[in-house]
Amino acid sequence: MAAGRVRPDNPSRTAYIRQMRPQDILIPTPAGLCCKPGNFHIDPVRPVERAVITHGHSDHARAGHGAVLATQETLDIMRLRYGDNFAGSTQAIRYGEEIKLGDVTVKFHPAGHVLGSAQIAVSCKDTCIVASGDYKDARDPTCAPLEIVPCDVFITEATFGLPVFRHGNAANEVKKLLASATLFPERAHLVGAYSLGKAQRVIALIREAGYDAPIFLHGAMEKITRYYENKGIALGELKPVRGMKKADLAGTITLAPPTATSDIWTRRFPDPVTAFASGWMRVRARARQGGIELPLVISDHADWDGLTATIAATGAGEIWVTHGQEDALVHWCRTRGLAAQPLDLVGYGDEEESEMPGEGDDA
Amino acid sequence: MNRFAALLDRLAYEPGRNNKLRLLEAYFREVGDPDRGYALAALTGALSFKHAKPGLIRDLIMERTDPVLFALSYDYVGDLSETVALMWPKVGVTHDESFPGYPPHQPSPAREEGAQRSPGQSKSKLPSSEISRNGRSALSIPSPLAGEGQGGRYRGLDARDALRPRNHNNPPPPTLTEVVTTLRTLGKTELPRRLARWLDELDETGRWALLKLVTGAMRIGISARLAKAAAANLGNKDPHEVELIWPGLSPPYSDLFAWLEGRGDKPVNLDPAPFRPVMLAHAIEDADFAALDPTDYIAEWKWDGIRVQAVAGRDTRGHVQVRLYSRTGEDITGGFPDLAPSLHLPGAIDGELLVVRAGRVQSFNVLQQRLNRKAVSPKLLKDFPMHLRAYDLLADDDNDLRELPFAERRAKLEAFVKKLDDSRIDLSPTIAFDSWEGLRTARADPAGAGADAEAVEGVMLKRRDAPYLPGRPKGQWWKWKRDPHIIDAVLMYAQRGHGKRSSFYSDYTFGVWTSGEDGEQLVPVGKAYFGFTDDELLQIDRFVRRNTTEKFGPVRHVVHEPGQGLVLEVAFEGLQRSTRHKSGIAMRFPRINRLRWDKPPRDADRLETLEKLLKEDAAKNLVTSDSH
Repeated sequence: MAAGRVRPDNPSRTAYIRQMRPQDILIPTPAGLCCKPGNFHIDPVRPVERAVITHGHSDHARAGHGAVLATQETLDIMRLRYGDNFAGSTQAIRYGEEIKLGDVTVKFHPAGHVLGSAQIAVSCKDTCIVASGDYKDARDPTCAPLEIVPCDVFITEATFGLPVFRHGNAANEVKKLLASATLFPERAHLVGAYSLGKAQRVIALIREAGYDAPIFLHGAMEKITRYYENKGIALGELKPVRGMKKADLAGTITLAPPTATSDIWTRRFPDPVTAFASGWMRVRARARQGGIELPLVISDHADWDGLTATIAATGAGEIWVTHGQEDALVHWCRTRGLAAQPLDLVGYGDEEESEMPGEGDDA
Repeated sequence: MNRFAALLDRLAYEPGRNNKLRLLEAYFREVGDPDRGYALAALTGALSFKHAKPGLIRDLIMERTDPVLFALSYDYVGDLSETVALMWPKVGVTHDESFPGYPPHQPSPAREEGAQRSPGQSKSKLPSSEISRNGRSALSIPSPLAGEGQGGRYRGLDARDALRPRNHNNPPPPTLTEVVTTLRTLGKTELPRRLARWLDELDETGRWALLKLVTGAMRIGISARLAKAAAANLGNKDPHEVELIWPGLSPPYSDLFAWLEGRGDKPVNLDPAPFRPVMLAHAIEDADFAALDPTDYIAEWKWDGIRVQAVAGRDTRGHVQVRLYSRTGEDITGGFPDLAPSLHLPGAIDGELLVVRAGRVQSFNVLQQRLNRKAVSPKLLKDFPMHLRAYDLLADDDNDLRELPFAERRAKLEAFVKKLDDSRIDLSPTIAFDSWEGLRTARADPAGAGADAEAVEGVMLKRRDAPYLPGRPKGQWWKWKRDPHIIDAVLMYAQRGHGKRSSFYSDYTFGVWTSGEDGEQLVPVGKAYFGFTDDELLQIDRFVRRNTTEKFGPVRHVVHEPGQGLVLEVAFEGLQRSTRHKSGIAMRFPRINRLRWDKPPRDADRLETLEKLLKEDAAKNLVTSDSH
């Protein structure tokens, strides 16, 4: 798949090209996706002068940039995680709002990934490129739904870019969890979930399923979850697990970062059932490797059907595929007559990977 | 089928025996006849139909998917059935159904969720079928067979199936009963089409379970005994009771469930050669001997083979039926066609399954060649001839002897074996002794057992007056194992355990010293995950966490230098050559005997010690050397 990779352009060639090519608008660089005519980077992995950020996950939103443009929620989340001085200056932008940056205009659209997550449409003259960041087309009561943005070039993630990844209905997975809690009332249920987005979505789904007992939180979950609540997302009664007696945790459900569900921390729970909410749980070897007893296929990324449907729906003729299983998705695009290339970007998707239990420790 | 699949799915991940029982019991309680009966049959291996070949499954998916996407997927997942189950294209449900908003309360089975469109944009709308079906025809044609099986036939209470919302274009997913009964009669040529239809109708987990079922590869860590015990729990019955009547039952076991739920009489076992629950021994401790009188006991050698119950009985036509049962009551007759004909007189022998060549019992390593095989080749039969060493008689013709004292049963056994007069069946000899000290001497040097000494793993003590009681009654039978081999090895890697132990590093890889290219180095020789006390587990766990040099997924490399590390005293029963281990050696039944905090790693044992032990074993087993 090496052929046709989007690579840094040779400046000497640009002189005689009359029309704006997509590579002239956005180009991968070691720091991240760079917009030269607008003088900014999207989700840069190194400190840059001007950063435009899709969402608050730490592989996309890093501290130390000069100026940051993002949704208010993403800025708030970055502040919660990195402290007040995470950037030189910040500017908030609403969904649907358009901003002129240098020679390009930038417009934010909901990505349906986590609270505040956005796709960024970058337009220059007649060409529109949408950098979608991470996205999902599945329903999520804790964030705005994905908006299909018609464009010429669509930059898609490929975290679950294989046809074996179909996430199904998240509500059914939550039913599995609740059925298990009913069957084993003397055990505690520990649900590993990424602390930004996934945890709150799982809690909201548990509430939708009619479970109204208190849900317990690992300390690392509290800040972000309270922020969601402050944003008006109802999550029912939440309690810190800290200070609870072991016996009192029987029959309860606790949300924790995945690394915590397989470590010493779990010894405070009576005979815990270890669950993990992730799209990776679709593959049995993956779940077994992590020592998971109750895999819950709940993902904040689009599954294969979601990726392909979204790509098709944008109407884009050219698709750039990044972080994940690029090969399969590029192949699929080409069989559909779409020009598709893997994009040379590094540093994304690492965070969720490292959140697999059994791979980190003592967190 | 989807409910059964959900059960299998959950069982496959659950490490705890009691929790597995609870899951099974809940299933039997929730699901009605005959589905649960066929589930019990599937779990106990009692289903019989011709299994589908993996090639057939591969053909089915190749017809429906892009070969590149299939190859990439298979490569990622690594299991054919699972790959096919996950990527099987959806039929009849279109992605666009859920645009633009969310569907009402009941989602479509395929996708409840959708994205919103940018206002005023419709140019990109594609025909829905193109999205949902990878390059196949756009129309979904309902199968003409869709309604079949719903008329007169009882559909079972596969609860989740019944609740599933149905698109009128989508036939309901098959019940387990439908799958099992259809597979029994389906011709080979009809199988692909039928299988494809079921795969269309089931969800991911349902497809996975179906493919495991039809390919006969349903390994989910459930023994037949566990499944029967869960059924017994349904009626608060002793699993032994179910075990006793089991051979007379057949799927879907409606009579069994009726009895368990108090709706019917206890089914009668009409099997002419039924299994009888076995009697087990307690391990004896040094302190126990003080309270025991040697004259109350008969001693025998403890054989290092497989405990077996060999039963022969006359059926209604007067023919002798023979069955071999494992100690848990599983029928293993099929694996030993060479031994079965030797049991030509009605009776029930409790004994040990051994390989005997040229009059000598072979080691357990040799016996293993004959275990867990569905088909036995003529070469295996010739090279590994089976033998039964008898030590108890539970029935003589129609007479149940289990109430008799052991001494009387033993006398009857001696007469029975003599009457059988078959070279494949002999008597396990008793050991003469008059004091515990005398027996201790015999146990230390089992040469008293003649040429078979290497297949002896200790002695058995049986009370002369003990009736044959199921289970492990106190004070009746004792096992006094030979002392195990002991080595000092160095902890090299540790891995977290499962279930209750998931927060502990409880699986240990240990090694011994050898001279390598880079001088002295440790080579792994085994893995152990028990033998230590809870307190020792905590100590090792703490040591592992504080002395990790590298992390590799769930595995930790623990410091193992000549002057730094943890020495484990490892006990094991024997050694075997192995190509799977770098050291070329595999241990039998290794466990952590003691923690040697006092010992520096440089003083741990060397590979040569194990090599020597292996050679000694090999010398004893000269006759077996050609088999490896």
